[in-house]
Amino acid sequence: MSRNSKAYIAGVYEHPTRKAVEQTIPQLHAESARGALQDAGLTMADVDGYFCAGDAPGLGGLSMAEYMGLDVKYTDSTETGGSSYVVHVGHAVNAIAMGKCSVALITLAGRPRAEGIATLGPRDYGNILPDQGFESPYGPVVTNQYGMAAMRHMYEYGTTSEQLAWVKVAASHHAQHNEHALLRDVVTVEDVVNSPVITDPLHRLDCCVITDGGGALVIVSPEIAKTLGDRCSKILGHGEAIKHLNAGNIDLTYTGAVKSGPIAFAEAGVTQADIDYVSIYDSFTITVLETLEDLGFCEKGQGGKFVSDGNLISGVGKLPFNTDGGGLCNNHPNNRGGITKVIEAVRQLRGEAHPKVQVPDCTLALAHGTGGSIATRMGSSTVILGRNDA
Amino acid sequence: MTQAERTYPEPSINMETEAYWAAAKEGKLILKKCNACGKTHFYPRAICPHCQSSDTQWYDASGKGTIYSYSVMRRGPTPYAIAFVTLEEGVSMMTNIVDCDYDALAVGQAVEVTFRATEGDQALPVFKPAT
Repeated sequence: MSRNSKAYIAGVYEHPTRKAVEQTIPQLHAESARGALQDAGLTMADVDGYFCAGDAPGLGGLSMAEYMGLDVKYTDSTETGGSSYVVHVGHAVNAIAMGKCSVALITLAGRPRAEGIATLGPRDYGNILPDQGFESPYGPVVTNQYGMAAMRHMYEYGTTSEQLAWVKVAASHHAQHNEHALLRDVVTVEDVVNSPVITDPLHRLDCCVITDGGGALVIVSPEIAKTLGDRCSKILGHGEAIKHLNAGNIDLTYTGAVKSGPIAFAEAGVTQADIDYVSIYDSFTITVLETLEDLGFCEKGQGGKFVSDGNLISGVGKLPFNTDGGGLCNNHPNNRGGITKVIEAVRQLRGEAHPKVQVPDCTLALAHGTGGSIATRMGSSTVILGRNDA
Repeated sequence: MTQAERTYPEPSINMETEAYWAAAKEGKLILKKCNACGKTHFYPRAICPHCQSSDTQWYDASGKGTIYSYSVMRRGPTPYAIAFVTLEEGVSMMTNIVDCDYDALAVGQAVEVTFRATEGDQALPVFKPAT
């Protein structure tokens, strides 16, 4: 079968650093861009579209285009937190399909570890931000917002800490094979539930790592993909959504994936049963559990059962996920993990994942990004990718 | 029951929300509803997010609700409970639960509004277990 694809992912690069003491943020962007272009067999001179988000220093892409010596005729700096780079993939496909550019570069980079940026403090945007006064005084941080989502999911569906722990266990089984992963030790359900509670009901091992680094993607037109060989992956479907507090009518048991997922599946013309591998944004274990339900891999409320007993472990379970170790063990560069989700999906489709975690005959993969907060405002984006011959 | 509490930062206040914060200083929780569609929304806005009417109006809330979800922060110098409380008026708001045993909180628990002084001279609506 050969499906039509309006654009291809020709190059990917995950920066190997996890603590960038001696590199600046622009340098990390540029090193990531160079790596992805080399992977594609292209150069900076070939790039005619540049996509970045709020982690890029300067006004949109202006400063980074200058730093990297880009000459582009199309740019997009859509900012939806950690999901931005999955959104950018979809926007790059649109731009290429419209003939606005033919080689799109997407970059991410940051160094929160080297800079010692605390993640416990609420962000202060002042009184311009309409929600600020009604949230910030109450001490919302990333962890306790995801904690509230987990607590409600447990209340409505009987989800347990042990079930959430299986998500981390699966990630750790994969990370042991990744030489660049920050955490490579295999952990057990007991290890997770016996780790200290950070904020109820989430334990330390329910939370992702904090790492420096970056990543880049190169998206090209079908005409250029033909010249680059069979390592190019097809982009078959893309969806995105914003979910928010809906004027006070809240439901923390689902994510924006309920919208972005069906759009991506419909565009790709495939179903959940067709997907061989998934990269699911894993800021916390609960993020994965809710997202898998919302993408339709199991019934709503059954995520706890679905992820249990190693079902997400490559070679063991039915739905191998995050075979690089994900944000939970490997890398969450600049607290934004969307780009690494796409990168590992492409590795799987090329057969270039670590042999211990490579999914046999991986033909179709899904990558999903989540940005912002599951308890307030989030950006969600889903892409469905295919092997070059898919 | 008595335990150290975190200090409460100042809320940011703007032209759309100064009435809410003035009422809080008087120990009242007020909400915005829309005279065109009849719906209450939260946080309060000049324009109704349901129907875009500018005919929005403040009214007194009952101050009673139930815990939709919560999470007790165990890291840091002072534990605190963040929560969403669903008010009798139907909307849910982010808040803190105070004057409580953090280990005895529950989703669905009845709570009522009370107020805490912020670092400046503002009053902040928070909730405690209903009496």
